Order: sequence, then structure tokens, then C-alpha cells
Amino acid sequence: MAARPRVMIVGGGLAGLAAAMKLAELEVDVDLMSLTPVKRSHSVCAQGGINSVNDQTRQLGDDEWKHFDDTVYGGDFLQHQPPVKEMAYWAPPVIDLMDRLGVTFNRTPEGFLDRRRFGGTLYKRTAFAGATTGQQLLYALDEQVRRWEVAGRIRKFEFWDFLAPILDEQGRCRGCVAQDLVTMEIRSFPADFVVLATGGCGLIFGRSTMSMVCTGSAVSRCFQAGAKYGNGEFVQVHPTAIPGADKLRLMSESARGEGGRVWVPRKPHDSRDPRQIPEEERYYFLEERYPEYGNLVPRDIATREIFSVCVQEGLSVDPDRQAVYLDLTHIPRAELDRKLGGILEIYEKFQGVDPRDVPMKIFPAVHYSMGGLWVDYERTADGGLVPAHPKNQATSIPGLYAIGECDYQYHGANRLGANSLLSCIFSGLFVAPGLADQLENLTGGVASELPAGLFESARRREEERHAELLSRDGGGENPYLLHQQLGDIMTRTATVVRHNDQLAEAIEQVLELRDRADRCALSDTGNWTNQNVVFTKSLQDMFPIALTILRGALMRDECRGAHYKPEFELPGLTSDDPAERRRQAEQWVDAFVEKNRKWLKSTIACWNADRRDIDISYEDVDTSLIPPRPRLYGLVGAETIEEVWRERQQAMAEPTGEAAGAPAGT
Amino acid sequence: MAEPQSKPASIDSFEVRILRQEAPGRASYWERHRVDYEPQMNVISVLQKIAAKATTIDGRSVTPVAWDCNCLEEICGACTMVINGRVRQACSALVDNLLQQEDPNEIRLEPMSKFPVVRDLMVDRSRLFRALEKARAWVPVDGYYELGPGPRVSPEVQEQAYPLSKCMSCGCCLEACPQYTKVELTRLSGETDEEFQQRKRATYDQSFIGAHAISQIMLFNMHPTGKHEAAARLDQLTAPGGIQICGNAQNCVAVCPKEIPLTTSIARAGRATTAHVIKKWFDR
Ligand SMILES: Cc1cc2nc3c(=O)[nH]c(=O)nc-3n(C[C@H](O)[C@H](O)[C@H](O)COP(=O)(O)OP(=O)(O)OC[C@H]3O[C@@H](n4cnc5c(N)ncnc54)[C@H](O)[C@@H]3O)c2cc1C
Ligand code: SF4
Ligand code: SF4
Ligand code: FES
Repeated sequence: MAARPRVMIVGGGLAGLAAAMKLAELEVDVDLMSLTPVKRSHSVCAQGGINSVNDQTRQLGDDEWKHFDDTVYGGDFLQHQPPVKEMAYWAPPVIDLMDRLGVTFNRTPEGFLDRRRFGGTLYKRTAFAGATTGQQLLYALDEQVRRWEVAGRIRKFEFWDFLAPILDEQGRCRGCVAQDLVTMEIRSFPADFVVLATGGCGLIFGRSTMSMVCTGSAVSRCFQAGAKYGNGEFVQVHPTAIPGADKLRLMSESARGEGGRVWVPRKPHDSRDPRQIPEEERYYFLEERYPEYGNLVPRDIATREIFSVCVQEGLSVDPDRQAVYLDLTHIPRAELDRKLGGILEIYEKFQGVDPRDVPMKIFPAVHYSMGGLWVDYERTADGGLVPAHPKNQATSIPGLYAIGECDYQYHGANRLGANSLLSCIFSGLFVAPGLADQLENLTGGVASELPAGLFESARRREEERHAELLSRDGGGENPYLLHQQLGDIMTRTATVVRHNDQLAEAIEQVLELRDRADRCALSDTGNWTNQNVVFTKSLQDMFPIALTILRGALMRDECRGAHYKPEFELPGLTSDDPAERRRQAEQWVDAFVEKNRKWLKSTIACWNADRRDIDISYEDVDTSLIPPRPRLYGLVGAETIEEVWRERQQAMAEPTGEAAGAPAGT
Repeated sequence: MAEPQSKPASIDSFEVRILRQEAPGRASYWERHRVDYEPQMNVISVLQKIAAKATTIDGRSVTPVAWDCNCLEEICGACTMVINGRVRQACSALVDNLLQQEDPNEIRLEPMSKFPVVRDLMVDRSRLFRALEKARAWVPVDGYYELGPGPRVSPEVQEQAYPLSKCMSCGCCLEACPQYTKVELTRLSGETDEEFQQRKRATYDQSFIGAHAISQIMLFNMHPTGKHEAAARLDQLTAPGGIQICGNAQNCVAVCPKEIPLTTSIARAGRATTAHVIKKWFDR
């Protein structure tokens, strides 16, 4: 019997598991590889929930198109619109499916799914399971994958590290090389398609809200093998995290969604117990500055406001570190326990204080990588995606696909809360039929029957890298300390506020660290469960992505979503004189149109192996469905600008020619 | 509620004693490290410091200690180990509490004893995942096409199911259980990977399935669709390694970090299996 084709999925978070289970249903044999047992993947950390339009929001005027609109608006229009549209329309069935799989979503008294409101929307779209939505969703998929494993359709390789894709002479991906973290065996895995689902890269910033395996190593290895990387500089900083020595633990947005209020004492460093500070001496700065959205402004805005209240205005609640209050104490305990139990336990567990009694102290932390491997799609005439098309989720390396947080496709310049779990499950389910179809008509034979030389030499390359590291003399650089230094530089220069001089300096420092990382010496040179060498490799592979983030940020001279450079901010209107104000608004809109002409582009990074650095180019964004419009949250003069903008849109709607804000490219 | 933390009186460093083992089948030994005190450390940050320094208390260079972790939020279950004699997650074990409430002088770290040691504090918990296969711990849906929403569930049922579904397969309940004994196999010469895995699974299946899987069985037997396979799951509970082994010592429920009502699950499973056996007997 001829060998059957196989698909290798690297990563068993929501995206990888969804793809594995869907492929198994389509009778495709799957290998599933992960650094950790898949049930322990980073997706378990997600707390808040997952978005979709639902019967209730529909009756309040919501629909898929509005979910789509909120997503691209929240992303500052940097996403190609067809994939986002497709995702929004898939969201209700995705949640139905997860419901059928047994996810213990919270219920209404009548037994329907309960919903909450998340930032960046006015509708209650978010389904949730206590405060452990990610864990519950992941377990449901993990269980289905286990079912297929028992049926013999899926093989798991847990505690394996993906080292490199294997490319044949034509540059098509034919499998991957990986290393067993226990025995340290390095092996080639022939595969007809490889799907990367390896999540985010928060560890490049040292500490973040992400899990310890989120180093971006697998993505970096594909990047160094030639895959394009998109929008690297867009890194979401979550407004509310609990600062800790080993990790910055997230305080979910749902704390604000359920009525949490952010404030600082009006008096700097007021040393009174927060509960003793009367209302009128509290500065609820989000509510005052953004009356419509209040505490639920989108993440980038909340982050910047908290940052500036502490850093610029000196109103931190703590004299020796930066923090603001996130206050839930006005909400009844029983309600808090029911809706937020899990996340409040985290605070209590790691801070030793009960947030039901005492306002929490929080500060922003790196949280999500909007950037990731560039992937393709095939558009339908009405702006959706062609189902089962081979181009959907395909990276620039033929045969290599990417899904979940490690692709760049769905969140543009900023991700809306509770949209990521959706994009992970959606992209996992959506990629499967295209792969299954292609396996039916594979040209050039099944990978496992290709000449062994291809796989041998790929394996040997990795064995050499490994052996070389182990054979280093002592006295070299310490990888753990270098990681700390990298994290400090990245956090200081490439998070909430960015300045060109600091970015340029950071690039020099990171290049120097990269060279020092080449000289790492190991404190463990053994060949059994050597975590030291595994970490060192992942550290070395952080540099290409770190450079992608820094160079992308340095070159992008504008503000967009999570990328904020004060020097290039379009200032609010200053004049009180109506005519002058109007003129300023016109200018503002001109500047906005010009900014989009120049910068409404995906940043595309390619690895330059000779220089061991990156090359950057730009691609047009498909904004053909929803024309980009300014985000005017809290800007002085927003109404006047809005007015000018609307007039111009109307003028443009007259059929003659191209005008301001028209789609940039296809 | 945990006490607000404060620095234990006049401490600027403390000792950590770790039970190390280089590989399966090798002898284990204690190793002592001294770690500088910092406020708000947990055992993970202690291990990170030890890894970065890789030097013992008497100045000897050693290999870094191997341990497992991922989320650092006590939600993935990876970092489970025995800390000062008690099985728990290293990420949520705060140094201040350990020094103040347990032993002011040192912190002792050991691998779980019911699972084979891979290296140092890392153990092989594959038996625990095998038990989930045996338990058929999944909802047997028709497939993943669009088939509308799931069954309507009352909040009462959700509130009963949700705690059980928070089980993170950490294994604390198994470590504490007197009836759960270690199964450690070594690969025979000439045995292939697959054959070895096969033999492992078969041996695991004969041994006690454990509280965590029993509780999962009750979770899926409660679900409106999961119920359809209830009988097959109860069969597993009456098979060798099933619920009859449980001596009702109740240690499991006391150590579960997620406060899962394991003994309630076990009691319900006991009643369900009895009814199931009688029914089968009558149906013969
Ligand atoms: C604290 C927190 C809370 C969040 N809350 C929400 C929320 O409420 N709603 C929402 O929509 N989103 C939320 N997010 C975002 C969301 O959780 C993630 O984007 C999502 O879970 C990513 O899933 P994934 O499948 O892409 O990858 P992951 O779950 O990160 O899984 C990655 C997988 O890849 C494997 N892997 C990685 N590198 C390698 C390698 N080199 N070799 C082999 N395997 C490898 C890992 O082992 C793992 O199995 C949150 C994120 C954080 C950090
Ligand atoms: S009640 Fe049963 S499962 Fe729990 S510890 Fe005792 S013997 Fe073990
Ligand atoms: S039942 Fe509790 S102790 Fe046992 S594995 Fe699950 S979470 Fe851990
Ligand atoms: S690291 Fe996940 S439970 Fe401790």
C-alpha cells in the first residue's frame, strides 16, 4: 500500500488543536508537535472570553458586518479586510461548535449563553466560561484531539522543539526537523504540509503576560528559512497587568467589562488607604476623558492613558513603582465571585490581597503580537474568502502554513479583546479543507517517500548546530543574563511610547547582544533533558524577530494602533474661533489622508542571511470593504474633524474619480 | 485569604535544598543552594536564579536544575512538584509564605514521587493523560460542521460542571493518594518506540485510574451529549484499575489546587457504577 500523506502541525494551542481535529475529521493523518503537553499550551491563560454576534446583540442592531467593522476600526485599518470579514461571519458558528463540544460557558437563567461586553465595541458579544475561557476552550479541543488520537488518526509529539522547516530544491516545505526535549534526539519528520501554530513571542520583551514557551523560536526559524514576516512592530501592551518578578500577570479586561473602574488619587502619592479617599478626590481619568466608552476604551488608549497618568503626570499610586487602581470594590462579592472568580483568585494568590476588598494595583504589560508570519488568502468577489483554497493561511514558503497568534492576518495595528481566541479557532478550522483537498492531488509524491537525503541533510545541519553549542568552552556569555538585557531594552524602547532616537540606539544594542549570544557558553553540556541548550537556541532565535520589531518601529513614522510615536501624532485642534477651527480640521483631515497614503501598508520583513539582519518593504492593504476613517477617541476638536470628514466622504461618494481615504491598493 | 506579604524578619538570603536525579534509573541526591532574598518571589523565580547561577552553596559549578513550567499562573499544571513535603504548583508557591509559615531557614524541593523522574524536578506524567483516554473524556459530537448551538444548559448545571472542567491534569490528587502507586517501566532492548508506548499504556490501564480521571468521567456523564457514552465510561470504572481501588482516604480533595470536589465525584461515581453493574446484570 502506498504511504499516506501526512500533515505536521506545530503547536497545540487553540489554533493547532482546531486544525488537527478538523483535518482528522477530513480523514487526513496528522502529526501534532508541541514543546509542552498540548493541554498545557499558552491558550489556557486566556481569561476574558470570545466574541461573536448573537441573537441578543442582533436585536439591538448588531450584525456580523459591525463585528467586522469594529475589528478593522480597532486595528486602525491595517488588516486586509476579506479575512477579517470571513472571520466575523464565522464567529457565531464557531461559538456554536465550541458549545456543542461541551465548553462550560456561563449561562443565562433560561440556559442560553451569557455574554459580556469587552473593549472596543458597544455590544455584549463576548461569551465566557467563568474567568478561564481559554482553558475551557482549549480543553474542549484537547479532548476532541485525544479522541482522534485513540482512533489512530492523530499522533502527538509532546516535549518536542521545532528546529527548522525542511525545504526541497524547489523551496517547497516537505517536513521539519525537531528535537526531543527529553532524550535530545534530533529527528526529521517528512510531511506534505507543515502548519505553524506556535503562538506569540512575548518573551522577547523579557517579562510579559505570556507563558514561558512564547519565545517565538519556531516562527523565527521559519523566518530565517525565508518566510516573510508581517507587521512585526505592532505589539499590544495590555493596560492592566499585575507586576511580578517572574511574570506580568494579566488582569483581564473583563474586570473593566464587569464594571471595574480605573482611578488614581487626585493628589500625587496620596498615602491614604484607597478606601478612605472620598469620591471627589479620585480621578477616574478614563471616564472623564472618554465619556462614551469610559473604562472600556480600546486597549491602546487605556494603556497610553495609564502610562501617561503615571509617567508624565506623576500620579502613580505607589511612590516607588508605577501603578494605578483598578477598583471592583463597589460590586457585590457574590457577583464578583460568579463572574470574575478565577481572575480575582489570581490577584489574591500572587499578591496576597483580596481585590474584592481593596482596589487592585495594575500597570501595562506586553501581551499580544499582532505581527507574525505573513500569510495569503483568496478573495471572493463579495469580499470574503474562497473556502478550501490552497492560498488561505499559506506563508511565503510553499507547503508551509501559519495559523493563530503566529500569523499576522486578523488584528492589524491592534487587536480587540476576545477576538484572538476567535481568530485562532477560526484560522485552525478554516485552513483544514484547503490542505485536505490538496492532499488528494499531491504532485511529486508523498513526502515520506522522497529520497532520504533531503531529510538526512536537514537533520545533520541541526545536529551540527547542537553539537557546536555543547562543545563550547566555559566562560562565555550567560544566556539567561543576555535574555534579561534583551528584555530590558525591548521593554524600554519598543512598548507604549516609541522615539526614533531610542529605537536607533536599541538596534545597536540588540545587534551587540546578538553577537554576544553567539558566544554563549552552556552550564550544561549533557545530552539528557538539557534545558540550557534549548533555551540558548531559543534566545539566539529571538534576535531576528527583535530586529524586525525594532526596525519596523523605527521606520514607521506615524501613530497607528499600538504603535505610538508622539513626534508623529496628529495634534488636536487648538483654535476656539469657528472659522479657524474649521481650517485646522481641514488640515487635520489632509494630514490624515496623506498619512494613510504613505503608511496604510503592511510592513513586510525578510531575513537577510548575509547581513544577519532584516530587509523591510511595504505592501498595500485591501481596504476595499470599509474605507479607513480616523479614530478620534478623545481628540480635541473631534466633532469638527468628524464633520469635515463626513463632508468629504459624501463628496467622494459622487461617482467621479479617486478621492481622500479611498482604498489603498487592492 | 492569604496574609498580606511582608519581608520575613532580617533575611537577605535563604537556602534551597533540591532533590536531584540526572536521569531515570540514576540515584537521587540532595543539593544545596543559597538564593538572595527579594520581595514577592515565588519558587519559579528561585529556580530561575539557581539556573542563572548554576553554583551550589559551597561554590561548586553544577548543571542547572531541570524543571517544568509554562503559564506561571497556576492554570497549566506543568510546574507541579513537592515543596516542603507538600505537592503543589511552584509558580503559586510564594517564598514569603514558605519562609514565614513553614520553615524560616530553607525551602525543600522534590519531584513528585508517584511518577517516574525524567530529570531533577521533571517527571513523566503520561499515565495521567492515558487515563483521560481510558475515561473517554470527551463529548462524542457528530462532527465539526455547522450543526447549530449545543444543548441548552441551566446555570445550576453549568455551575456544577464548571468546577470539574477546571481540572488542569496537574496530578496533585494522584501524588497524595495512598492507592495510586508509581509505575515505572524501562525500555527493553530491542523494543521499538511504538512497542514500548504500547506496553506502557497496557500497564497503566491495569493500574489505578485515579481521582482526576474519575472526576472527568462524572463531568462527561453529566453533559447532555456526553451522557450518550456514559455506559462505556462506567465500564472503565468497573474494569481493573477502576474505582474499586479507591480506599476513600480523601487525601485527593485536600490537595487539589483547583478545589475540585473530588470526593463528591468519587461518591457519585461509586453510586453510578453500582447502578450500572446491577443494570448490566439484569440486562443479561
Ligand atoms: C494572559 C492572557 C490572556 C488572554 N486572554 C484572552 C481573551 O480573553 N480573549 C482572547 O481572545 N484572547 C486572549 N488572549 C490571547 C490568546 O490567549 C492567544 O492569542 C491565543 O491563545 C494564542 O493561541 P495559539 O493557538 O495561537 O497559540 P498558543 O496557545 O500560544 O500555543 C502555542 C503552541 O505552540 C507550541 N510551540 C511554540 N513554540 C514551539 C516550538 N519551537 N516547537 C514546538 N512547539 C512549539 C507550544 O507548545 C503551544 O502548544 C490572552 C493572552 C494572554 C497572554
Ligand atoms: S479518596 Fe480515593 S482517590 Fe482520593 S486519595 Fe483517597 S483513595 Fe485516592
Ligand atoms: S483534580 Fe485537581 S489535583 Fe487532580 S489533576 Fe485535576 S486539578 Fe490537579
Ligand atoms: S507554570 Fe503553569 S501551573 Fe505553574
